[in-house]
Amino acid sequence: MSMKIKALKKSLWVYHLCTGGSCNNCDIEILDLLTPRYDVERFGMVLVGSPRHADVLLCTGIVNKKCVDRVKKLYEQTAKPCVVVAVGSCACSGGIFRDGYQMAGPLNKIIPVDIYIPGCPPKPEAMISAIVKFLEKLK
Amino acid sequence: MSVPFVILYFIGTFVFLSVSGLIAMWIDRKVTARIQFRVGPPWYQNFVDFIKLTGKEVLIPEKANKLIFVSSPIAALMAASLSGVILLLALKKIGFAGDIILLVYLLVIPSLAIILGGSSSGNVLASVGVSRELKLVLSYELPFICAIIIAAIKGGSTTSLTKIMTYQQSTGISVFSISGIIGFFISIFALQGKLGLVPFDLAEAEGEISTGAFIEYSGILLGFFKLAKAILYIVAPLFIVCLFLGGISFDSVGKGINGILKYFLVLVIMILIKNTNPRVRIDQAFKFFWIKLTLLGIIGISLAFLRW
Repeated sequence: MSMKIKALKKSLWVYHLCTGGSCNNCDIEILDLLTPRYDVERFGMVLVGSPRHADVLLCTGIVNKKCVDRVKKLYEQTAKPCVVVAVGSCACSGGIFRDGYQMAGPLNKIIPVDIYIPGCPPKPEAMISAIVKFLEKLK
Repeated sequence: MSVPFVILYFIGTFVFLSVSGLIAMWIDRKVTARIQFRVGPPWYQNFVDFIKLTGKEVLIPEKANKLIFVSSPIAALMAASLSGVILLLALKKIGFAGDIILLVYLLVIPSLAIILGGSSSGNVLASVGVSRELKLVLSYELPFICAIIIAAIKGGSTTSLTKIMTYQQSTGISVFSISGIIGFFISIFALQGKLGLVPFDLAEAEGEISTGAFIEYSGILLGFFKLAKAILYIVAPLFIVCLFLGGISFDSVGKGINGILKYFLVLVIMILIKNTNPRVRIDQAFKFFWIKLTLLGIIGISLAFLRW
């Protein structure tokens, strides 16, 4: 394994993207990760303000029709290598909005997704566990 | 001194400053985490961040002026490390007359590089950040220079950093006088603005303008900016220690440890100010620096002339 991939695993900078159709519940659970109880900065994960700095694109909610172009553009703006994580049932499969008129598809119809974290909303423990499992397989 | 020796000296000092600067940045993150009842990152976190940034893709926006966009992070890094080299030379008592003035100039260049880089990137939020950084530079430089004049008068009316340090080491450090404590107070706040720490971090406000001038930077170019900031974490507090707290003398082990503790004292004061204050607006920052601190600085200079 190269030095740079090893470094990437120890320092994931996260850009949090709400893809339009989120009910905000997953977003609140993501913010829980930064609180003293979970404190993901122990593993080098921090929230960054710009997609150019991001190593992880953390997406919540379904992609609605207005946001399709923006999600694609944001994915292109990130500096590669970049991991895309779908958080919550809506981003993974569409959830209760799958038949909605504004639905443009779950996230993996729009951009390639690396990790799926189902749940409505997923627990912070589930998110940490998903990231750890992914990092074990990353080469 | 021969030319290869000078180059080797520069490279060695650069490596030393980078390593110690990244550790100082870790101290900042760790203390911040402990204040917020968190555990915080491990000590090697900033090294890992930098290595990771070298491996990332470098994106240059289509609208950007490529030459300025690429060269400004390098200019920031060069100026920061050069100021560190001159400061360390002064600490070894081989400084020269007027090196304070040179240091003041060199410490402005990283901020100017941020302004140039951000404005060349062609991003709207970056231009907002650049305009704030520009106003911030204008506002904190004036009180900072007042503080330096106080230190120069208290240190035996000289512009050589080495002489100011040796004068204080022989006759007592200048922070234990009224004008000295005024100068120390002013320079702490000015450096807070220079390093972009929280009460004055409005140029790179993450919540409102998405890291401002750095918004388009990625990969190693962002890494250069981070490294320049890390070096400033060493240079800026050490500069205050030299000006007001008598500097660091390496005559004996006890004195050396004493000097390093002084550096940590200034660093922790800055981190505590960072963690206990909200971000100010640009007009508040401008009024604070130009009206309150500059007035205080002028009073301090008068008191220093009266040998108070």
